Amino acid sequence: MDTAFSQEDLKFQSEIKEFIKSNYPQELRDSINSKRRLGKELSREDLTAWHKILGKHNGWSAPSWPKQYGGAEFTPTQKYIFEQECAKAECQYIMPFGINMVGPVIYTFGNEEQKAQHLPGILSGEVFWCQGYSEPGSGSDLASLKTSAVKEGDHYIVNGQKTWTTMAQYADWIFCLVRTNPDAEKPQQGISFLLIDMKTPGVTVRPIKLMDGSHEVNETWFDNVKVPVENLIGQENMGWTYAKFLLAHERSGIAGVARSKKAIERIKQIASSEMSYGEPLIQDPAFKAKIAAAELELSALEYTELRTLAKDSAGKGPGPESSLLKIKGTDIQQAVTELAMEAVGYYANPHLGTTLSNEYVGPDYATNLSGTYFNFRKASIYGGSNEIQRNIIAKMVLGL
Amino acid sequence: MNFDYTEEQTLLDNMVTSFVRDNYDWDTRCNIVKSEEGWKEENWKQFAELGLLGVPFEEAYGGLGGKATDLMIVMEQFGKGLVVEPYLPTVILAGGLISKLGSEEQKNSIIPEIISGNVRCAFAYAEPQSRFDLNDVKTSAVLNGDDYVLNGFKSVVFGAGMASHLIISARTEGEQRSESGITLFIVDTKSEGLTLQNYPTIDEYRASEIIIENLKVSKDSVLGEVNMAYDAIEEIVDISTIAACSEAVGILQVLKDSTTEYCKNRKQFGQSIAKNQVIQHRLVDMMIEYEQAKSILYMAVTADLTNSDDRRKAVSAAKARIGKAIKFVGESAIQLHGGMGVVDEYMVSHYFKRATMIGVLFGNTDYHMKRYMTLTQSGISSSDEAISVSVT
Repeated sequence: MDTAFSQEDLKFQSEIKEFIKSNYPQELRDSINSKRRLGKELSREDLTAWHKILGKHNGWSAPSWPKQYGGAEFTPTQKYIFEQECAKAECQYIMPFGINMVGPVIYTFGNEEQKAQHLPGILSGEVFWCQGYSEPGSGSDLASLKTSAVKEGDHYIVNGQKTWTTMAQYADWIFCLVRTNPDAEKPQQGISFLLIDMKTPGVTVRPIKLMDGSHEVNETWFDNVKVPVENLIGQENMGWTYAKFLLAHERSGIAGVARSKKAIERIKQIASSEMSYGEPLIQDPAFKAKIAAAELELSALEYTELRTLAKDSAGKGPGPESSLLKIKGTDIQQAVTELAMEAVGYYANPHLGTTLSNEYVGPDYATNLSGTYFNFRKASIYGGSNEIQRNIIAKMVLGL
Repeated sequence: MNFDYTEEQTLLDNMVTSFVRDNYDWDTRCNIVKSEEGWKEENWKQFAELGLLGVPFEEAYGGLGGKATDLMIVMEQFGKGLVVEPYLPTVILAGGLISKLGSEEQKNSIIPEIISGNVRCAFAYAEPQSRFDLNDVKTSAVLNGDDYVLNGFKSVVFGAGMASHLIISARTEGEQRSESGITLFIVDTKSEGLTLQNYPTIDEYRASEIIIENLKVSKDSVLGEVNMAYDAIEEIVDISTIAACSEAVGILQVLKDSTTEYCKNRKQFGQSIAKNQVIQHRLVDMMIEYEQAKSILYMAVTADLTNSDDRRKAVSAAKARIGKAIKFVGESAIQLHGGMGVVDEYMVSHYFKRATMIGVLFGNTDYHMKRYMTLTQSGISSSDEAISVSVT
């Protein structure tokens, strides 16, 4: 057992640090921070700029991908270091839909043409992907999805509605679960995995506003959308297998340990500025105890993640244990966003910290902390709700 | 980075695992704890033969030179079997103090004897008023010619009844709660002036109250420097805390696994109770708590324990977090076992009791939480500077 960094790891760490320092644009950091604070929508360029920079550098945009597909194929330790350093430097996180989700599905189950067509754009960040899984009637019960794809000659004709399509407003492509066999014995058996160009006639995207006022998710409608059969991944009616594979990948990045660590640091700074009972809030025993509890949980989760990474590198891909990372990771993200909001007291109130005549109110650091708290209630719901994750562990790990 | 055992560690793990399997089945254990002695000397001899008693000691004294990971391996397996022989008090706690503070002569005379199983030691540090504070020492040692005379009272000394020697902390200088002025003495348990009141603990281990009345000891019995024992005590208690945490993780695994099995087999309303989602989610939460406990133990074991600040922080983080896991997993195990959970006859209650008492050992969750906070939050100063970043 050894978690000390080797000489090579330390060298790698300084290489990453140096790379971020000389390549992450300060204007981007400032612009994103300021938009976040003011609750302004991030642009496609904000979301992909860092991805594009990394994409030009040894496949660093895809830390987990094998080298043969253009990825960095980092070791678990390197992945950990990379995430830590990016979080420390407040780099914009890479959108997961291409790199963590559809990319691994394509290089694992796709054919050569599909790999050649799609992997380069995912790596470089030029092509923006979104995920078409959930439907209005299919949330946790994903296999009940109804969006249909009927084969007609060289095409599938797709009809139906997807929802919660994150960042579909920017997406060039969407990967969809569609029903190709409505008569299958089990609902899981009639599902296929289809790649759809968002510019295809009949695709319509409508925004859904979240409770903090943000626009992250959308409804995506398909009205007689013609999709070439070449865009089917793997075999028809085998989509559920690929979907499950993808979900396990999705969960492995979902813990967000490094970012929660950074958030706790900021809360400590905020709580040093805020006063309570005539003393800095950070001295308040009740508040201190909450911070410490979050730190301990995070410290344990960090090692749970490291243990999972080490297991991955031993050849076992992320399994149902990644549900644990999802549950705990999002628990902590929610605890941390709540603590941040709590730290600023009354200044949780002003919406986006701005008056009707566009003047700022309250301390800078307080702006939108309540918005973030409200926004993050999503975390225990998306990616398979935390209750569903418990069902998965119960079945797959505990054998219940 | 890896979480694998080395070849030697795998051998050690297998060895302790087979010891527990072959010598510590449930009925055997029940007979051991019901016996008058409350432990089995035969087992101790076997520990010696297997080399277990030498795990943490330096090779120069006949030990194996083991580190925190090796102690974790031993204690985790002992936890799974609820092994009552006084390994932690003798080998890790008292043995650690002797290794840390003993003179060459003391180490040469005592350590090989511990390793061969002839000598067992216990460390008497807690007092009725001290609670978990290692610096709170009222027991006094006064120099009288070439001898020290000790007077005082020591509480809940684990393994004292089985020990041939005791290490006693006493105040040779300073106020009751001063860190300086504490001295350790190593004495024969049978010395005149020592009265042991032995008793079984609620979890079927053995401990003693020790009355010290005009106990005369020679200067040669001082372990380490006079007045200067505190740092070593803190360090060795920290290492012992990791050992206790390891034992707890072993116990939690048994509680989690056996409760899962029980729920699969127990039928009500015509089906296994594990078919109920409310039960499933509780079992999943037990698993998560267990994994988190194990993870933070790994964090502590792989921390730089030679750096005292890192060590303190890591140990208190682990003990506080594992304390929380003990409560959740333990109480859930009893709850899900229903009536079978609360009876003495079935083994789950015994694991629960031991885990709960480990929760108290060397400081409970609140105690270590406070220590952790003091260590991690004292450096943060108040600043008027506004912070212009958002928290996401």
